[in-house]
Amino acid sequence: MELADIAIKFGLIIIIFLISLVIAMYSTYAERKIAAFFQDRVGPNRAGPWGILQPLADGGKMFLKEEIIPTNATPFLFIVGPSLAILTACIGSAVIPWGQNMVIGGKVIPLQVTDINVGILYIFGVVSLGVYGVMIGGWASNNKYSLLGAIRAASQNISYEISMGLSIIALLLVTGTLSLGEIAQQQHGWHWNVLYQPVGFILFLICAFAETNRTPFDLPECETELVGGYHTEYSSMKLGFYLFAEYINMFISSAVMATLYFGGYNYPGMDWVTAHLGPIAGPLIGTAVFFAKIFLFIFFFMWVRWTIPRFRYDQLMDLGWKILIPLAIANIVVTGVVITLLN
Amino acid sequence: MESLSNKKKQLTVKPLNFLERAYLPAIVSGLAITMKHFFKKPVTIQYPEQKREFSENFRGMHSLKRDENGAERCTACGLCALSCPAEAITMQAAERQKGEENLYREEKYAAVYEINMLRCIFCGLCEEACPKEAIYLDGDIVPSDYLRKDFIYGKDKLVEAPLNQ
Ligand code: SF4
Ligand code: SF4
Repeated sequence: MELADIAIKFGLIIIIFLISLVIAMYSTYAERKIAAFFQDRVGPNRAGPWGILQPLADGGKMFLKEEIIPTNATPFLFIVGPSLAILTACIGSAVIPWGQNMVIGGKVIPLQVTDINVGILYIFGVVSLGVYGVMIGGWASNNKYSLLGAIRAASQNISYEISMGLSIIALLLVTGTLSLGEIAQQQHGWHWNVLYQPVGFILFLICAFAETNRTPFDLPECETELVGGYHTEYSSMKLGFYLFAEYINMFISSAVMATLYFGGYNYPGMDWVTAHLGPIAGPLIGTAVFFAKIFLFIFFFMWVRWTIPRFRYDQLMDLGWKILIPLAIANIVVTGVVITLLN
Repeated sequence: MESLSNKKKQLTVKPLNFLERAYLPAIVSGLAITMKHFFKKPVTIQYPEQKREFSENFRGMHSLKRDENGAERCTACGLCALSCPAEAITMQAAERQKGEENLYREEKYAAVYEINMLRCIFCGLCEEACPKEAIYLDGDIVPSDYLRKDFIYGKDKLVEAPLNQ
């Protein structure tokens, strides 16, 4: 690998990192605005025009708040918790294909940090690491509410990871590859995987809600029963990291869903556009389309949050183990049979 | 047995059918409802810039009135303070001197008159109690402030502006 390649990769990493941070920042703003619109309000509108500077104000507030580490907490783990949460949230974006290869001056630049051939497994690994941040933080706080929240997070993630994995297996039967780059390429034209795997997509969507701890599956931070859940004892920027990690996770899982099921950067009439606008603008439009899909998913996440009340804990487990897992297994069987018959 | 009023009704709880148990149709209709609200006009009133229209008998900040000659009406009888359920009013009386007839209507007047706006519940009993029609709650909403001591309103804030100004 030449120096130029390394520089390009490095630049790409920085750009993606910045983009995910900015999107997470403005997701908090979007969340509040969207919540307001759903409730016939106007939302934050004082910091800057239309409240556009609200995330900066929130961030400044978070930084300036007093930093409290409870006497009976384990200080080291107490700090590791949020750090791990934000770290795992950030590294998930490495394998997502953001666009087609760009050609600048005869040089092919892939818009993907790394196209490892087990991309999906990598995502899974990162997602299951994510719960450790919550678990360690809740446990190290030495507070019964935090501990309960952490235990809920752990059991919920374990239960829903299973059905998520099973719904992915059916997808893999269709695609025949684990690489996210290839999966995105295969969906060129109208071959979006959601058309072949509608049930799998719905399963994946439900599990994504559970994995990102979003309503209706936000039991780990259920205020009505657990004060603040796993982050009861957290203050200042450590709390900010937890909240931030949730939004980054939402962004990443929206990106994964768009890649796996909604064609990633593919859009109808793509070949024509690329042929007419050249190899730089073409892929960039693809990337814009990809981001539009991601934003639609993020909007959906928020829409659901402001519509559906939280599940009860036993309902959550019932749904995970008695409905989603059997459904996912049935989906695998049906997919397998259909593929065998068609071949 | 037949009930006397015949209003009794036997309720039965039907078991949920398959669609109801599957959550999804209910969730979709819920999403449709929230989406309808998404496009509705917000009902918010942007308070400091815009104001809701007050009712005619709205009780806001107190004002101490003057009579038709511009003299203060209050005679420091203390009935308002006595009637106040929140004990928000304190005052100190003083005797009117010669030459002050244009300032104070009665021979005794309130040299200090203070209302603690944090204690006041805006019940309007002081207004009802006053025999001299000297106090009315006809002002605006009491504005916010930073310190508790700044909520104790003295005569400088309470007394009406003089007539010819
Ligand atoms: S309005 Fe009621 S509470 Fe307020 S000063 Fe008058 S009597 Fe007291
Ligand atoms: S405001 Fe009225 S009731 Fe109160 S002291 Fe003055 S005259 Fe008496």
